[in-house]
Amino acid sequence: MPEEASMRDAYGETLVELGKINPDIVVLDADLCPSTMTKYFMKEFPERSFDIGIAEQNMVSIAAGLAASGKIPFASTFAVFAPGRCFDQIRMSIAQPGLNVKLVATHGGLSVGEDGTSHQAIEDLSLICSLPGFTVIVPADAIETVQAVKAVADYQGPCYIRLGRPKLPLVYTEDYRFELGKAVTMRPGTDATIIALGIMVAAALEAARELDSQGINCRVLNMPTLKPIDEAAIIKAADETGTIVTAEEHMEHGGLGSTVARVIAKHRPVPMEFVAVRDTYAKSGKPAELLERYGLTARDIVNAVNKAIKRKVKS
Amino acid sequence: MLYNIDAVATPSDSKNSSSRTSANNAGVFVSNEDLKAVAKRLRRHIVTMIGRAGSGHPGGSLSAVEIVTTLYWKVLRHKPADPHWADRDRFILSKGHAVPMLYSVLAECGYFPVSELTTLRQMDSRLQGHADRTATPGIEMSSGSLGQGLSFAIGIALAGRLDSEGYRVYVLLGDGECDEGQVWEGAMAAAHYKLDNLTAIVDNNGLQIDGWNCDVMSLAPLEKKWEAFGWHVINVDGHDFDQLIGAFKKAKAVKGQPTVIIAHTVKGKGVSFMENVAGFHGKAPNKDELEIALKELE
Repeated sequence: MPEEASMRDAYGETLVELGKINPDIVVLDADLCPSTMTKYFMKEFPERSFDIGIAEQNMVSIAAGLAASGKIPFASTFAVFAPGRCFDQIRMSIAQPGLNVKLVATHGGLSVGEDGTSHQAIEDLSLICSLPGFTVIVPADAIETVQAVKAVADYQGPCYIRLGRPKLPLVYTEDYRFELGKAVTMRPGTDATIIALGIMVAAALEAARELDSQGINCRVLNMPTLKPIDEAAIIKAADETGTIVTAEEHMEHGGLGSTVARVIAKHRPVPMEFVAVRDTYAKSGKPAELLERYGLTARDIVNAVNKAIKRKVKS
Repeated sequence: MLYNIDAVATPSDSKNSSSRTSANNAGVFVSNEDLKAVAKRLRRHIVTMIGRAGSGHPGGSLSAVEIVTTLYWKVLRHKPADPHWADRDRFILSKGHAVPMLYSVLAECGYFPVSELTTLRQMDSRLQGHADRTATPGIEMSSGSLGQGLSFAIGIALAGRLDSEGYRVYVLLGDGECDEGQVWEGAMAAAHYKLDNLTAIVDNNGLQIDGWNCDVMSLAPLEKKWEAFGWHVINVDGHDFDQLIGAFKKAKAVKGQPTVIIAHTVKGKGVSFMENVAGFHGKAPNKDELEIALKELE
């Protein structure tokens, strides 16, 4: 088994590191700092930390006011609450004026597990991507999380980072360097391309290994920046492998699959398949059980690639 | 009666716009008669620009005229020639639909030419239908979706305190806007953080789109609500300059808690057929009505 690490811990520790370098970094939370791991920063820099209580809308607009005054606010809560609960505040206080707020939402997707539907964000990427000017990032492991958090701190403009709850296997080594807006080729391949983000990158790599044993040479792209998406990498993959499968821990609507499909339809129409949550809510269960039940495993990706390749032959 | 005004606009005649862009009007004396003259000009601008645009929100713009006149001519430290001046006091318009009132103020102060007021709501105008901080010099916050301004002001007040900046933050809310839950989230937070550099003003004109507040959604007891949330509360006649000036002076002196000025006003104030008429919340005067309104505001 590959080494596992917590993205949330990585986020919390990186905030402290950034806080030491940059006095303009301030942190807000909505009564979840032991879960989002902003607690490390809050302990180290209490004067620059603002726990707003259970009031996400208030937190978002306060963060915007801080940004309008030259601060670099990192505001955190669960991904079901931001953007879900405070969408209009994000729209008018942050997105429209293009203020430099960094929303870092944890507990994204079904892998939240036993807390159930109310806590499983499967629509957050769709919501946040609909806001003009937002940069949206979904790291694949703890190492990429560290890099992404540092990258958004340096970037001027509204950003959303989605992290997961459970520890995840590392797909990168420490020498990895995240580049905003760029896809990362995790594995070369010529027969098909799997484009994944977040927790699904590890599953995509596992699927590619399985497909390899079936004689299918599959490319794997990690697409950590969902918006703005790396169109060139998608078009190149379509050109060179002739079919694309997307994999995401999110609804089929409005997330990675929809975004890639838009690029494909516009530039290089090729057969596509989508590994994502269908039009439904999930339920309580262990993360692995939920991913299995709602079709988000390496096995589901393998099946989708086989289906896509068949369609490629026909077309 | 001099205030700590490093730089204010003078209430000179609107034709002398060049004198109003100066940043060096330190300690300019502004009499109540001057303020009344400014208020009248602002009201004329408001009805004219909304009338010409054919849409907009006259009622809640007219009710807040004395409040903003007091702020921009007596209270705020600001430099119209340098809207991003770091030490400026901040004015946040939370009730963004009343932005014609703020455009009129900003133009009279010299943030942009008075002649531009006629472009309200037109394609490519800097004067959008609701406040847009990316479009208009002097607008601090994009608003129009009610309830967000107090929270935004809290962020600015927290930043000012972190940086030991001396600026003060003022935020204007509507009374109907206080229906929004976020207002009370903000009220709680401002008191929790003891933001005595923050003053909220409630334009308490008693009306909202669907009718009187007390019929649509009762806010009473408004004063006790703010008090219970930890605020210092001052009630004033929102059309009385002496009371407003006194309230802002008192708010500045209150330490350890934020102050809210509940300004009792008349919606549509100054235009007889708009006064206390909910229908003129978001309706422009037609040509005849505009003519009558301007005659009343002579």
